[in-house]
Amino acid sequence: MSQFAINLLFVGASFALYIGIAVWARAGSTKDFYVAGGGVHPITNGMATAADWMSAASFISMAGLLASGGYANSSFLMGWTGGYVILAMLLAPYLRKFGKFTVPDFIGDRFYSNTARLVAVICLVVASVTYVIGQMTGAGVAFSRFLEVSNTWGIWIAAFIVFLYAVFGGMKGITYTQVAQYVVLIIAYTIPAVFIAMQLTGNPIPMFGMFSTHTESGLPLLTKLNTVLNELGFRDYTADVDNKLNMVLFTLSLMVGTAGLPHVIIRFFTVPKVADARWSAGWALVFIALLYLTAPAVASMARLNLMTTVYPQAAGQVENYEEAMDNALVYEERPEWIRTWEETGLITFTDLNNDGRVQLYNDGNEDFADTAEARGWEGSELNVNNDILVLANPEIANLPPWVIGLIAAGGIAAALSTAAGLLLAISSAISHDLIKTMINPKISEKGEMLAARISMGGAILLATYLGLNPPGFAAQTVALAFGIAGASLFPALMMGIFSKRMNSKGAIAGMLAGLLCTLLYIFTYLGWLFIPGTNMLANTAENWVLGVSPLSFGAVGAMINFAVAFAVSSATEEPPQAIQDLVESVRSPKGAGMAVDH
Amino acid sequence: MADDKSNAAAYWKANVRLIAGCLVVWAFVSYGCAILFRPLLAGIPVGGTDLGFWFAQQGSILTFIVLIFFYAWKMNKLDEKFGLGE
Repeated sequence: MSQFAINLLFVGASFALYIGIAVWARAGSTKDFYVAGGGVHPITNGMATAADWMSAASFISMAGLLASGGYANSSFLMGWTGGYVILAMLLAPYLRKFGKFTVPDFIGDRFYSNTARLVAVICLVVASVTYVIGQMTGAGVAFSRFLEVSNTWGIWIAAFIVFLYAVFGGMKGITYTQVAQYVVLIIAYTIPAVFIAMQLTGNPIPMFGMFSTHTESGLPLLTKLNTVLNELGFRDYTADVDNKLNMVLFTLSLMVGTAGLPHVIIRFFTVPKVADARWSAGWALVFIALLYLTAPAVASMARLNLMTTVYPQAAGQVENYEEAMDNALVYEERPEWIRTWEETGLITFTDLNNDGRVQLYNDGNEDFADTAEARGWEGSELNVNNDILVLANPEIANLPPWVIGLIAAGGIAAALSTAAGLLLAISSAISHDLIKTMINPKISEKGEMLAARISMGGAILLATYLGLNPPGFAAQTVALAFGIAGASLFPALMMGIFSKRMNSKGAIAGMLAGLLCTLLYIFTYLGWLFIPGTNMLANTAENWVLGVSPLSFGAVGAMINFAVAFAVSSATEEPPQAIQDLVESVRSPKGAGMAVDH
Repeated sequence: MADDKSNAAAYWKANVRLIAGCLVVWAFVSYGCAILFRPLLAGIPVGGTDLGFWFAQQGSILTFIVLIFFYAWKMNKLDEKFGLGE
């Protein structure tokens, strides 16, 4: 069987599974549609949350980010997992007790204000829409690479599959497909990682292999990696960072952003009890950690693999690296996977010094320029896109074709599961908060279901359109989504639970202040609405206030939100008694089973 | 009613204290060991590098998992103690 047929078989089988689940788990009521009937087992929900959370970015890009940045990019690992600790302790159990369907539901009721509800709806829609663009483009890349269809067709197929199970199944269909998608993606991620860990260290568990001995050289893997990188003018893989303030704030921004992302929060509305919401957050993190503990191992091993592919003699017990550097890979003898990926344009090679060999080194390092010149190098010749590391892993490790088929299905599963969760968050905010609560409270159950399905369909069309015509700022959207969720939604939710005194004026002022400051800071460096050339300051470390990058500003925005909210709230009247009673009631787990619907 | 209220207040106080304790550990491993105190831990070797690097890439994630399960377990006990379980 050809590789194409195998890929088609794996992806087709996974789609058949998702559609089968969709038929079995049709939503019969709004409760089914919004919260899967409210009876999802905490472990099941944990698994679905893990798939919901782990996007195309986690599956495809994260290992590449870690491989290129080394220690400095550990923020992604800590930020995207540490958020679950604050979610489990500060938000999830109480919002589950509140017992309604959406995040704006809580903000609107707790702050007894439709203005607050509307601000929450807008924040939710903007954060979720920006986030969903990346999923559609990610699915498009996976389709075009593995199924030989055009990017456009890839995105349309992805949209059609999501439409099938999300529109008919709602949260119920999404929950059970996410469980299946988690299984597919974790198997796809782990198998190549295990083989690579075996090949490099003899240890089958990647997270242990990373800290053990590199078989070929007899040195610890990370020591070997640092040495090879040093010989090529790169920084140590494990090198410390100078700007610790920025790293702390970036990690914190990712954490509060994670805890404030509505598509993650609403997953916790599907479990039966408050205690289940707490356990479920723990299980979610266990399932997420299976991938997040493997990713750094994949990253370090893939980086070493890449270096020793280019400089084969550098792999063993090397006394003098000069010889290894002179005997770099002859371009005509390059391995098959480099050829395959060159066709996609994600690996490029230009023989700058015309020696027929491949040179890969840090040509931006001035201290290294003399060494490079002495070696007759005229610039780094191989350009490898970060995103291919995970996708190319099976080929780099010479694994059988079915593993590649599995990776294809896994990458698509990661993109679809997150897209479905985001689309549900968007459609429920529109049908439930905007239509049912604010515009037409008399709408019937059937009418609301129809509205939910239509807005889901509309959201899918919008996501497809944006995936096909990605705005120039697609790469910056992570900062935007996390900035908005962290600076506006997270503080409002937390204060709504932990401060009885917080009133509507304080909360609204806080949300707006946090949101506007964050947007202002991001736009100052990345351009107004990300339009290139409209930024007022160049996006370089020297220009950042106190060295805080626009990506790290979400945490500062959250602090501004808290400060403004408390100041305004303490200068204005107390919230009504009924609201203070509401806060009392969300704090106590008793009776959560009954508090449903309206 | 007054008893219910003071009971609920005591429960909430115990919960907030537990959260504060857990978050101290949460911040200590991630912002502390993995970032700010990494130079202080540089002398402790772990598999070819130092303890701070291990905390940044694995240790903090493992600690986070333990923290959430510890919190969920402790809270179940509190729910029972204060008669607020379901």
